[in-house]
Amino acid sequence: MTIFTDVSWSPYAVGIGIGVLSWLSFLISGKPIATSTSFAQTGGMIEQLFVGEKASKRPYYQKIKLKVNWQMMLVAGVVIGSFISAMLSGDFKTGHWVPSLWAAAFGDGALLRVVVAIIGGIILGFGARFAGGCTSGHGISGTLQLAVSSWISAIFFFIGGILTAHFIFYVIA
Amino acid sequence: METKTPTAEVVKDKRPLYYGLVFGILFGFLLQKGGVTKYDVIVGQLLLIDFTVVKIMLSAVVTGMIGIYFMKSMGWIKLSLKGGSVGMNVLGALIFGVGFAVLGYCPGTIAGAIGNGYLDAIVGGLIGILLGTWIFAVMYPKLKDGILKKGHYGDITLPRLFKVNDWVVVVPVAAMIILLLLWIERSGF
Repeated sequence: MTIFTDVSWSPYAVGIGIGVLSWLSFLISGKPIATSTSFAQTGGMIEQLFVGEKASKRPYYQKIKLKVNWQMMLVAGVVIGSFISAMLSGDFKTGHWVPSLWAAAFGDGALLRVVVAIIGGIILGFGARFAGGCTSGHGISGTLQLAVSSWISAIFFFIGGILTAHFIFYVIA
Repeated sequence: METKTPTAEVVKDKRPLYYGLVFGILFGFLLQKGGVTKYDVIVGQLLLIDFTVVKIMLSAVVTGMIGIYFMKSMGWIKLSLKGGSVGMNVLGALIFGVGFAVLGYCPGTIAGAIGNGYLDAIVGGLIGILLGTWIFAVMYPKLKDGILKKGHYGDITLPRLFKVNDWVVVVPVAAMIILLLLWIERSGF
């Protein structure tokens, strides 16, 4: 069996696999695959470390509850699963600060890339909670349930993303 | 006897967490094999030069949708829908899209990128996302009765919106997605 050591699989095999995983997730856990709430909960827990119980009094943290739950374990699992896949195929990266597409347009300075990644992350995290979900929660799990909120979100994720990527690479660069 | 009951409850309560971990491991494995733990693949999609992300998402949606609606019709599962509004899902999603392109990962794929060893994901993106969600939590009391409620439609599905049987939407959506994927393949992407 070489499939586990292959660096990449057909996108259709991966997509069908994720689709089947969504069946099992509904059937066994009664939950859709989603990730972005976990980042908000982790952020709240970090604030709790600094300011104590005051943090969990924030209305938003009252709503999403600051405790380790199913979805947080799922996100931790994604890190582990990706690591296992990358190790098996020899695709695990060390010392990789700058993606090649970025380097071709903006050079291979790590500092610039990290600063831009932090800014991008702030916008992304804020937008994910604003929209009530991300590419997994809305983009896959919500659209496959035919939720109106998720179809609108998925379309506008890509409108915003495509316009911004073209601006970054064809106007700024 | 009395000390045994709480222990048994704690053990029972933890089982869903292990299932979550297992689903996550499988999801992360698939994301990495699909190449979407990589900035170049995600930004390549947004620049419309690499269609891996769309191929994965659409084939997941078509597979997932048919199975989920079948299991729903058998009464095995209940849907778990997100509520929404024009403010949330248009403005919020546009903000998300900007971040998606600037960072080059999304919340699920950044977890995968971290497992894949990408340092800009670990040192840059993760810190940014945690900060961004925290800023949202701080601003939430000001947003929740304003923009987040604008054009509220709740947790409705397309079949309920059109007041039709589920399959009247599932079948054409599945056909449309398959045609779109065929068209993408035939265009050489």
